[in-house]
Amino acid sequence: MIVDLYVFGNSPLHRISPGYKILALVLFCTLLFVLSGWVPLAVGAILVAIGYWLAGIGFSHAYRAIRPALWILAIIFIAQIILAGLELAAFVVVRFGILILAASLITMTTKTSEFVDGIQAGLKHAPSWVPADHIALAISLALRFIPLVRATLDEVRMAQKARGLDRSVKALLVPLVVRTLKTGDEIAEAIQARSPL
Amino acid sequence: MLSFSQVVVEKGDRPILSDINIDLNEKRIGIIGRNGSGKSTFARLFNGLEKPSSGTITFEGSTELKELRRKVGFVFQNPDNQIVYPIVDEDLAFGLKNLKLPSATIKERIAEVMARFRIEHLKDRLTHQLSGGERQMVALAGVLVMQPQMIVFDEPTTLLDLWNKKRLMRAITDLKEHVVLVSHDLDLLREFDRVIHIEAGRIVGDGEPNAVIEDYIARSA
Repeated sequence: MIVDLYVFGNSPLHRISPGYKILALVLFCTLLFVLSGWVPLAVGAILVAIGYWLAGIGFSHAYRAIRPALWILAIIFIAQIILAGLELAAFVVVRFGILILAASLITMTTKTSEFVDGIQAGLKHAPSWVPADHIALAISLALRFIPLVRATLDEVRMAQKARGLDRSVKALLVPLVVRTLKTGDEIAEAIQARSPL
Repeated sequence: MLSFSQVVVEKGDRPILSDINIDLNEKRIGIIGRNGSGKSTFARLFNGLEKPSSGTITFEGSTELKELRRKVGFVFQNPDNQIVYPIVDEDLAFGLKNLKLPSATIKERIAEVMARFRIEHLKDRLTHQLSGGERQMVALAGVLVMQPQMIVFDEPTTLLDLWNKKRLMRAITDLKEHVVLVSHDLDLLREFDRVIHIEAGRIVGDGEPNAVIEDYIARSA
C-alpha cells in the first residue's frame, strides 16, 4: 500500500535523517490513534499536507499512494457503517487515509539504502541476538519486491485472460505465488553472489 | 587461474556434473551445451553459487569460498533477480557497502564503472523502470564495481532484443577482466579463446572454438 516510488528531491524532508523520520512517523501514528475526535484528525491532515508541500510532492503522487488502498478503505467504510454508524465509519476511513499518506511521505522522501542505514543505526545498541543486518536487508527487499510482484501479477493476469481464465482466483494466485517464490530464491542467490563477506 | 579437480555435483542420487578436471587460464572462455546439459551448474561452481558434492575448486591457489566470491563475479540471465535496491546508484553500492568500504571509495568506484559503460544518466533512475537492456547493464555494473578478476555470464542476452544484445556483447567483449560466457550464440563464441562443450554433465569438447562448435553442431544434427 505504501507507494514504492522514491521521489527525487532535495527538500528538508529529503535531507532529514531517516531515523528521525521513522521515529516521527511512529509518534504521529500513535497520537492519531490515541487522540480521538475530528480536531486531532484535522490537525494531522494539515501536518501531512504541510509535509507534502515541504517535500515538493504534488497531489498526483499523494493520490497514487492512496489509490491501491481505496477498495480496502471502501470495505472498512461499509463495515463500519453497518457496525457503528456513518460518522464513525467516516472517521475511521479518514484516519486510515491520513496514516497511509503519512507513511507514503516517508517512503517518497527516503531512499531504500537510507532506510536500511537508519534501521541499522537504530539497532546498533540492540542485543547481539537481534540480526540487525538481516532485518535491514529484509525491509529493503520487501520494498524492492513491491514493483516486482505487481509486474508479475499483471503478466499472470494478462496470460490468464488470454486463456479465458480471468475469473479464476486460483489461476491467478497459483502462478503468482510460484513465480514470486522462485524470484525470491533467485534474488537470494544473487545476494550471495554479490556479497563476498 | 581457476582449477577444477575431480569435481562432481549430485542432486540427491542424480548426477548433474561428473568428474570435471580442468584448468582455466584463457581470457575469453565460452561454455556451450543443450538445455539441461549441466552448463549452468558448471558456471555456478565458478563463484561458489553451487558447491561441489566432491572434488575441489581452486582460484589462484586458494580454495576459500569467500576468496572465490570476491574474485569471481556472476551475471544472471534475468537482471531483475540480480538487482537488490530500487534506485540504480544505491544498487551499485550494495556489494561495496557489504565490504564496509568508505563512502568516498564507493562513490568513486560507481562513477568509474558508470562512465566506463556510459550509463551515468541512469544513476538516479528507478531500476524497475529501466528497459531490459539498461537493467542488464546495471546488473553488469553492479558486478564490476566489486572489481572481480573473472566474470561469469549465464546466458545474459536471452531476454534482450537485437540492439541491446549487441550493446551488451560489445560491453562484454571490451571487458579487461577474464570472461566466462554461457551462451547459445555460437557465432559470438567463435571469437573467444576457448570453448567448452558440456553434454549430460560431462565435458565432451574443449579447445579451439571453431573445432568445438563444429563438433557441437554435428552432434546436434
